[in-house]
Amino acid sequence: MAVVFEKPKALTNVPLHYCPGCPHGIIHRLVAEAIDELGIEGKTIGVAPVGCAVMAYDYFACDMIEAAHGRAPATATGIKRCRPDNIVFTYQGDGDLASIGMAETVHSAARNENITVIFVNNAIYGMTGGQMAPTSLPGQVTQTSPYGRDVNHCGWPIKVSEMLATLEGPEYIARVAVNNVKNVNNAKKAIKKAFQNQIEGKGFSLVEVVSACPTNWGMTPQKALEWVESDMLPYYPIGVYKDRTAAKEGK
Amino acid sequence: MAELVLMKGNEAIAEAAIRAGCRHYFGYPITPQTEIAAYMAKKMPKIGGVFLQAESEVASINMVYGAAATGCRVMTSSSSPGISLKAEGLSYIAGSDVPALVVNVQRGGPGLGGIQPSQSDYFQATKGGGHGDYRMIVLAPASVQEMASLTIKGFNLADKYRMTSMILADGTIGQMMEPISFEDAEIEKYEKPWALTGHENKRKHNIVNSLYLQPDALEKTNFERYERYKVVEENEPMWEEYMMEDAEICVVAFGIASRVAKNAVVAARAEGIKVGLIRPITLWPFPTKALRAAAVKCKAFVSVELNMGQMIEDVRLATECKRPVTLCNRAGGMIPSPDQVLESIRAAQKGE
Repeated sequence: MAVVFEKPKALTNVPLHYCPGCPHGIIHRLVAEAIDELGIEGKTIGVAPVGCAVMAYDYFACDMIEAAHGRAPATATGIKRCRPDNIVFTYQGDGDLASIGMAETVHSAARNENITVIFVNNAIYGMTGGQMAPTSLPGQVTQTSPYGRDVNHCGWPIKVSEMLATLEGPEYIARVAVNNVKNVNNAKKAIKKAFQNQIEGKGFSLVEVVSACPTNWGMTPQKALEWVESDMLPYYPIGVYKDRTAAKEGK
Repeated sequence: MAELVLMKGNEAIAEAAIRAGCRHYFGYPITPQTEIAAYMAKKMPKIGGVFLQAESEVASINMVYGAAATGCRVMTSSSSPGISLKAEGLSYIAGSDVPALVVNVQRGGPGLGGIQPSQSDYFQATKGGGHGDYRMIVLAPASVQEMASLTIKGFNLADKYRMTSMILADGTIGQMMEPISFEDAEIEKYEKPWALTGHENKRKHNIVNSLYLQPDALEKTNFERYERYKVVEENEPMWEEYMMEDAEICVVAFGIASRVAKNAVVAARAEGIKVGLIRPITLWPFPTKALRAAAVKCKAFVSVELNMGQMIEDVRLATECKRPVTLCNRAGGMIPSPDQVLESIRAAQKGE
């Protein structure tokens, strides 16, 4: 009997703890498929964040480490500098990467650290129960912006991909989404490229994945995906923001 | 005879680390320890090692955490305010049971404090600093030679017990030059089956982690870790005794303070006062047995410190408050003169 669909080998058999309708499962799968297709599980070392994906070390079958909040790129740097022949990736949310860990993010990108960063942007702190994130949209209601994010009071959401793309350092910065099949397929390509770049020694590759948080947004999974399309993507447009190799080749 | 080289204390740490097999250094500039980073920046690229200046102390200790998790011998160095920033990483390193070497060349505090030598991070080093139940092996060099030998020892102990060794030095020893020898360096090697190396499809994945959401599981890791600490406490205390054979007064001092204290002990002996010195070399594990034994024959203790009185609490604990313990101290970057210590010894002799 032909197998038409199966779990990627780079995922363990541990059941995911994510809420119903949460796209973390999709994004984990895309990372694992990329690892499988590139045949690198045996030499990959993953860095889990603090946030909803904190237990990612149980889900990925490669060697894993749990980093302190926001410090995943620094921890990944330590690993990669000791073991340059291994493949090192971080998997981080918006609070982790764009708030408490912004310095580590910017400087690892500036150093063109040869690592792969998967950045899941769902515009909210999920694990702690739905507080305002550095990427929460203007007017967005959260537990800590109960009257909607007032940009005059707490500032504007940060467009991480656009900001990092201004740096000389990084090799590849792209934003993708996982709200429909077409976007999921494109997300997969970008994630795989981010790993391929590392294999080829090209340097820092970050894929920002615009995701959803039905639980803390207070929406059904379906409605949350619609909100990604109607509200998130206009502020966070999909696209390749930097691709040094493609630019060199005049693409 | 062993070849002697003239070195600055901070450089001795750096050279000793390289000789101990350390090929990865992550740091951030801060006075008065910057010579360590400068030495590493110069040497590491030439021997296939990595010197990396991080964006912050926070980043550098988390780089150390990642590097240590791969089983590499790795270190960072800083001075007091920088060590406060590293406290987060020290706690994660402890909770994940990976070995690392961290150097604190202390300066006066609190806050930004000053840049002159101090011992005011004794509490931070020996009682925690970061959150949670954990210990670090704390080594207190009193000479440039010990800056080197305790660095090598620190790497060995860190690997042996899967924990952080901290060199708790101060600005004086960091900056001064003395002739030293590296010839006795003994490098111990330990298997690291827990290390992140990539499983190569040959074993189950290794996980380096300090998160345990089930309280009974977390408790178990704490109890297991403290079993290991008990072995350290049993086997690893180091101290020096000076003129203690017939001593009635016991001076306790570590690091640079012990050198001032030694001069005062000699001066007091010339006056006929029977006084000796116990110099803890490991501050944790504290040389409790030595102090407890001294409490049997000595009538008073004097704790000499470059702080407002921190080690004195451990002296009182070790001697079970059986004898009076007085404090002889300066703070903020000031160093007591031998005369000040001598005065404290005289007072202790008189029962004051």
